[in-house]
Amino acid sequence: MGPEAAKKNWVGKPLPRKEEDRLLRGRGKFADDIKLREMLYLRFVRSPYAHAKIVSVDVSAAEALPGVVATLTGAELAPQVQPFIEIAPDPGGKIKDYALAVSKVRYQGEPVAAVVAESPSLADDAAELIQVEYEALDPVIDGEEALKDASILHEEAGTNRVWRGVFEYGDADKALKEAAYVVNIDRMHFHRFSSTPLENNVVIAQWDPKDERIYYQCNNSFPSFAIQFLAAHLQVHIDRIRVQTSDIGGSFGIKITTYPQMAVCAMASKKAGGRPVKWVETRSEHMTSSAHGNERTFRDTRVALDKNGVITAIVSRHIDDCGAYPRYEPLGCVIWSQVFPGVYRFKNARIDFSQAVTNKCPVGPNRGYSRMQHLWFLERVVDICAHELGIPPDEMRLRNYIRPEEFPYTTPNGCVYDSGDYPKMLQVAKGLIGWDDWKKKQAEARKQGRVIGIGIGTTLDSGTNNFGQSQIVNPGAPFSGNSQGANCKLDIYGEVVVAVGSCPQGQGHETTAAQVVADVLNIHPDLITVRTGFDTERNVHTGFSGTYASQFAVSGLSAVHGAAQKLKAEMKRLASSVLNTKEDDLEFGAGAQGPEVRARSTGKSINYWGLANIVNVNSAVLPVEMHDVTLNCRYIWRAPFKVPDTVKKYGSLTLTYASQLHIAVLEIDRETFIPRILDYVAVDDCGTVINPGIVEGQVYGATAHGIGAALMETCVYDAVGNMLTSTFSDYTPITAMNMPKVKYGHTETPSPHSYSGAKGMGEGGAAPIHTVSAALQDALFADGIFIDDSFNNADSLFRAMVGKEISQAKQLVRVERRT
Amino acid sequence: MPETIEKVAIRLKVNGKPHSLQVEPRKLLVELLREDLDLTGTHVGCDTTYCGACTVLMNGAAVKSCTMFAVQADGAEILTVEGLEKDGKLHPIQAAFGDSYGLQCGYCTPGLMLSTAQLLANNQQPSDAQIRKAIAGNTCRCTGYQNIFKAIQRAAQTVKGA
Repeated sequence: MGPEAAKKNWVGKPLPRKEEDRLLRGRGKFADDIKLREMLYLRFVRSPYAHAKIVSVDVSAAEALPGVVATLTGAELAPQVQPFIEIAPDPGGKIKDYALAVSKVRYQGEPVAAVVAESPSLADDAAELIQVEYEALDPVIDGEEALKDASILHEEAGTNRVWRGVFEYGDADKALKEAAYVVNIDRMHFHRFSSTPLENNVVIAQWDPKDERIYYQCNNSFPSFAIQFLAAHLQVHIDRIRVQTSDIGGSFGIKITTYPQMAVCAMASKKAGGRPVKWVETRSEHMTSSAHGNERTFRDTRVALDKNGVITAIVSRHIDDCGAYPRYEPLGCVIWSQVFPGVYRFKNARIDFSQAVTNKCPVGPNRGYSRMQHLWFLERVVDICAHELGIPPDEMRLRNYIRPEEFPYTTPNGCVYDSGDYPKMLQVAKGLIGWDDWKKKQAEARKQGRVIGIGIGTTLDSGTNNFGQSQIVNPGAPFSGNSQGANCKLDIYGEVVVAVGSCPQGQGHETTAAQVVADVLNIHPDLITVRTGFDTERNVHTGFSGTYASQFAVSGLSAVHGAAQKLKAEMKRLASSVLNTKEDDLEFGAGAQGPEVRARSTGKSINYWGLANIVNVNSAVLPVEMHDVTLNCRYIWRAPFKVPDTVKKYGSLTLTYASQLHIAVLEIDRETFIPRILDYVAVDDCGTVINPGIVEGQVYGATAHGIGAALMETCVYDAVGNMLTSTFSDYTPITAMNMPKVKYGHTETPSPHSYSGAKGMGEGGAAPIHTVSAALQDALFADGIFIDDSFNNADSLFRAMVGKEISQAKQLVRVERRT
Repeated sequence: MPETIEKVAIRLKVNGKPHSLQVEPRKLLVELLREDLDLTGTHVGCDTTYCGACTVLMNGAAVKSCTMFAVQADGAEILTVEGLEKDGKLHPIQAAFGDSYGLQCGYCTPGLMLSTAQLLANNQQPSDAQIRKAIAGNTCRCTGYQNIFKAIQRAAQTVKGA
């Protein structure tokens, strides 16, 4: 390698995004912008009941309406397909999931039938003419209640419990026996919400009778997962399914599980003689029936502490509520254990984890997926224990944090935290917020009767999954490791073109991939074209390709880097032959004739056009010994994982661990009970930064999602399973009026697990939910109120502060003092 | 039951270009822009006037085109995101959003830029509170608004200096 290889010109710089120009001009290409010849429009007929038998479905009036081309019902669909793959072993594995309800409905909004027509408004009209008769059944709305199996959702499974497993490490019982203090916490609850991407789901499907292939243009954010489910469901070779995505208007994981809607659109197209079928979801459909985040209840928690407040063990029982169908679940039953001890040093623990189905919208991997619920639980435990032992929350954390010198740190369940410095992050965050000043102001304000709290949230954003963890939930699951593909080529006229198997939704992959290749080839990123958006036909995807789980900086860019290195090696071989010099005499850069490879000794050079010309269209001059040179280099990056020990539930489950530490100062209005953030700091450590502008933007975005979730956004169901927050006006996503100014700080501990030192980031670990709960808790400890829910708005604070719930709250926590 | 719906003739100007169309009375303005005129830069996010992805300027005022019938725009002048640039050169608001990392997925951006255009047409030195209020009806799920605030301040500087 020449010395230029060591130069890092572009990685690390806040390069403006390549994506910007088209998006600013209104020329982004989103799925709903696509119109195809002979296109039809699909509407779903959805269940108004949360739990009911389907007595009859009458489509005759709809089919009689001029302009209606076809209808589809569950009873008609089921015999033509296989039920979707279930990841769970039995009993969860026995669940039969179809894209249209067959004999009963299990959540409000579940699709029961579909109609396709010549225009969207005709499809709307026709959908209203489909008559469905239901016989209502008892709905099950709460996860804990569901486990009692009083009313069963899936008769074939025989139980509402999808999965159960005990995660036990060290000797928690011994630690509890020897503890100086044992803190008992009866019940805590992490609420159901969704990051609600602004663009709803969109599918265009064509089952083309000419070549018997299914063509999709859509905004699914994990297409290689979707095609595995679709091929098995539709009983077609996976190569017969082509999926393309273009610009995507946000996903945050919510667009991963759209394969049922994709299946219906394909079947509808087939029935309509191969005409393309477009389905554009409305916001209410999105709110009631796309996907929500996992809801989780934490019961009977016992925490052992030594006399200094160091946590020695945690024992707890967790019940996850996955809604009506597991779909991506029960992966969430293990994914939380990527961050088993959070940022803390305790070695002994026993978590009895169950997942239940309920009559609510199925869950999907919402930003912070499964880890944030657990990290919130741990942060609540730390704050409650600190309060009970009279230790300040910052001091409590310093006593319990994994220490900087302990990295790489192996957790009790075998995960390896690559790097980190949590005490330093705390110091930076305290400095930015003015911790000591706020403490003084808080004390003054309290004297005036104001209710102000200061809270810390420390969180992890684990990235690049080992899919072998699926075998912890189902030893028969055929998944392990992780990989990503990329291709880097000189096209016929010498253009550098990069393709990668991701489908970004605003994460700037075109830009960061160009930065990486620019450094390898020592040219300007503007000279590099990056093809993003997924396309099975580009042949750069693996079974893990998509954009999810905080990993592009590691898996995606490692693949891009590998492909660029491979291309560079080929360019060197060819150039050394053409320029008649040794490879180590060559340097890469740009000259008068554009990007080129030069011989240092002679000053002679060949530009990219010249190299590409020889290989592509002038190949008689290509020396025989170089016939393997293609200048079209595909590279598959594989994460260095092993299959975890599925009996001990032990192994490396994720490659990198980005961290965030937030501090919030918050005041609860004494009269309105509205909580208002007075000051907010977010400190981020994601290892080596590829593009600081993009990273900072991701931190802000995740912070808004977290603050929104903590104070404003919750999916509310009534006692019979009606969803009460089915529009944005009810759900109230956070706006510019509610979002506080965020002070941003940054620390950097490069990862030893990625080639660049970067860590995956973007999900953010839901730090604000932990932080806002901590600040509210700090404000209310004095009144004997414990924050036992992750969602707190004025209404819940009113009920806690003046309602009868106070007495209940006081019984939530009980401390055994042995000293 | 839908009967045969009689179409209504309307005339309007969009981004300076005159159009005469026959539309169903139930057609929304956003549908006319996206489906009839193929101006797909205007987006639909919520269907209930909350998110503002569909914001356009009608006779200079920001309106949510998902909550207006096309017939209500008869005789109006509409500006959409496609009309912001001049001779291929980005409008200062577009440039400021780009320079400030004021967008991620870009779905809300057209609506936000048009709300900004309305703000800056009336107030070239907006305070932080005025900026927040001006975009209160535009939801962004990616940026956490921080860089949008910066973009609007930056745009105000440019517009004022121009």
